[in-house]
Amino acid sequence: MEFLLAIMTGVLYAAGLYMMLRRSLVKLIIGLIIIGNGANLLIFLLGRITKGAPPIIPGDTKFFADIYADPVPQALILTAIVISFGLQSFAIILVKRAYQVVKTDDLDEMNTIEEEV
Amino acid sequence: MLLAILIGFFAALSQLLFGKFMKGKLSILLSLVPLAFFIFFVQYIPAIAAGEIVTAKHTWVSSFGVDLDLRLDGLALLFSLMITGIGTLVFIYTSAYLKNHPMLDRFYGYLFIFMAAMLGLVLSDNFLAMFIFWELTSISSFFLIGFNNTNPDSRKSALTALSITGIGGLLFLAGGLLLGEVTGTYQISQMISQNELLVNHSLYVLTVALIFGAAFTKSAQFPFHFWLPGAMKAPTPVSTYLHSATMVKAGIYLLFRLSPVLGNSDFWNNTLLIVGGITMLYAAFHTLFRTDLKGILAYSTIAALGILTFLIGLGTKESFIAAAVFILVHALYKATLFLMTGAIDLYTGTRDVTKLSGLHKVMLPIAIAGGLAAISNAGIPPSIGFIGKDLIYESTLHFRHNATLLTTLAILTNILIGYAGYVAGVKPFIGRTPTGLEKVTFPHPAIWIPPVILGVLGFVFGLFPSLVEASLIKPIVATTGVDTSDIHIKLWHGFNTVLGLSAITIISGIALYFIWKPNATKRYFIQRFDKLSPKFIIETLADWFESFSDLWTRIFQNGYLRNYITVIVVFLISLVAFTLLNNTTYQIDYSSFSKLTIYEVVSLCIMILAIGFAVFTKSRLAAVAATGVMGYSICLFFVFYSAPDLAMTQFAIDTLTVILFVLVLYKLPRYLNLSDYKTRVKDGIIAIAFGGLVSILALEVLAQPQNNEISSYYAENAYVLAHGKNVVNVILVDFRGIDTMVEISVLAIAAIGVFGLLKLRLKSEERKQQ
Repeated sequence: MEFLLAIMTGVLYAAGLYMMLRRSLVKLIIGLIIIGNGANLLIFLLGRITKGAPPIIPGDTKFFADIYADPVPQALILTAIVISFGLQSFAIILVKRAYQVVKTDDLDEMNTIEEEV
Repeated sequence: MLLAILIGFFAALSQLLFGKFMKGKLSILLSLVPLAFFIFFVQYIPAIAAGEIVTAKHTWVSSFGVDLDLRLDGLALLFSLMITGIGTLVFIYTSAYLKNHPMLDRFYGYLFIFMAAMLGLVLSDNFLAMFIFWELTSISSFFLIGFNNTNPDSRKSALTALSITGIGGLLFLAGGLLLGEVTGTYQISQMISQNELLVNHSLYVLTVALIFGAAFTKSAQFPFHFWLPGAMKAPTPVSTYLHSATMVKAGIYLLFRLSPVLGNSDFWNNTLLIVGGITMLYAAFHTLFRTDLKGILAYSTIAALGILTFLIGLGTKESFIAAAVFILVHALYKATLFLMTGAIDLYTGTRDVTKLSGLHKVMLPIAIAGGLAAISNAGIPPSIGFIGKDLIYESTLHFRHNATLLTTLAILTNILIGYAGYVAGVKPFIGRTPTGLEKVTFPHPAIWIPPVILGVLGFVFGLFPSLVEASLIKPIVATTGVDTSDIHIKLWHGFNTVLGLSAITIISGIALYFIWKPNATKRYFIQRFDKLSPKFIIETLADWFESFSDLWTRIFQNGYLRNYITVIVVFLISLVAFTLLNNTTYQIDYSSFSKLTIYEVVSLCIMILAIGFAVFTKSRLAAVAATGVMGYSICLFFVFYSAPDLAMTQFAIDTLTVILFVLVLYKLPRYLNLSDYKTRVKDGIIAIAFGGLVSILALEVLAQPQNNEISSYYAENAYVLAHGKNVVNVILVDFRGIDTMVEISVLAIAAIGVFGLLKLRLKSEERKQQ
């Protein structure tokens, strides 16, 4: 399974990068989202994956008796998901504003418009 | 002494605040500051003459070896007296020369900065502190050259001067650091004892080359001399003060100061001899073809600096005496000539020597000053110039080898310099007064008194050389570490070879003056060779450099996001791939991987489909929906692999993003097909390479052993220390609570941004409605 997940991470990175290289601003943001998901998956995978053992201490004990999933990557990813939401929502609204002003979501046209102003 | 430097800087600052009140008649009062410094330094003459050295140590940044170690010895004293003495006269002169100039306060401010920096430069014993002052003199010089900032020529000259002396400053720093590395100290006075170590060190040639670079750029030696004629765009007081008497001698000062440290080697002496020799002949020859008074003086200044470099290059006791005397001689007569030129320019409106004559009728004191300076310049007795020239000939005649050649060079240069002196100091005043110049007003006392004082001083010192012998010259030569008890400077040496050579020089100079008349044709003749001059070559190089950086910037900073990403990613891929190909053995241990179940395979397939759809669909909404599906499948993986918190967060956030996206974007048109097939294939290849790299790296990392120290710490202490059972939550809100708080603030800022953007839209719509 790890092998397939590693390949999957690669696919996410490739798709994200490809979208980021497009001229459309919307595609750029979608690319950003995809690559963000890829990064999350990469961290998750590199922290080693464990099945059916969430890092929650069982009800009446003070320590883990059995194996447990690594909590540190999970904490990192949780933070990353939330932060990327902040970034994405801001970017989406920015695209909306930019589209209203310049009537295009083509990055190249935006460049020239900026120079003309 | 530190106080003197600081007062200088404070005086500059005060110009900023009180300059407005000092612009008028009060401006002459500012000369009291340098005058006070002058008197302050004069007090030290008896002590220095007795062989003492006054020091003052002020710690600054000791950990870096930068301290304000001030050290007043003979050499520093001569320069301090020139800086403050000539400074006083220049300050007085300026009050009349730039009378009612709207920027007079600024001008005085720059002059104060320069004076303080120059004092700091000659008084510093610490190399790094000296570097700071060295740079400050370059910067103040830049502002003073570009003082007429509405004139493009002035601005260009200022920039040229700054870039040349600025490069020199960097070389100075590099050389100083090397010196510090080799000797283990930045104090020049302590380096002297390590002369042998330095000369035999493997870094010696590099160190000396760097120091030479600094000195030659500052003191306008060939081939860096060209900034100095350009610097004549500055108002005349500046040319007098910075570009003949003091600042340009900073390089000479440095060479003189470091002679006992770095000298005593063939490389040091021969380079200085050659560079100094070329500079003095080249520049002296150029004076023949100039018609602008300041241009003539600029080239004769370069020639004089060449002589000084040449003398330091000889490196004998006699040559050091000659250099010490000549520094003083040159400062006195050249400052006089410049002040005189300024007076002529101010009252007649021209500096063209071909148009000037007979001015003695209208400005007699200036004519006297010019004449005195020309005599001292030509080395005619009984001026101090005569002594200076004699000493030069003595040192060349008694040199170990090539004495005849060196003496001939010195004689030729002196003849030409003498000629330049006559043209500048005598020609404008004699002969018939041309019409138009008869009604010239008599100069203001502040204009004619300073040059007369300097001109007369040249004769006083000439007639009574004992005035400077014990007080200045002996202590200066003593800084090179030789015995000075047998030095006797005299006007009359009796009939000998040197006297004969002197006579030849004087007579040839006068003869040349009568034979060779400067005119515009000759100036044009020499200008034809400008294409071969170092100035042209260095400017061309600078232009090339500029176009190169322009090209470079256009390639890499072209404003297209995708190009930046491409460059960064391709570079990254090649770098990592190179390492991977060379150093890695691929070992994937399949046995350690967990087994596949049908749920996972299905989720993977959904995910691949969603990604494919998101990338290749023609509809924005479909792409957004596909992104959502992709997010949900990742969510499923989090569920499978024991991360319930992540699954919940991912699910919520993904839903929110898709809703937001749809709400904002559903009005936008369909995608346009913006890129051609070729670009897409190219981008595709880059993307796949990048993805492949990430996969390989992930597998490689998985093959490495894992360190669980941090995780087990959190797991063991989650309940014991923080009383929480969900370890992920405990990490976020307890162990790393402050991080989470900062994260929340980031979200808040993003929210404010979103809100602001939405509000902005409302306003602009309102504007449209009106």
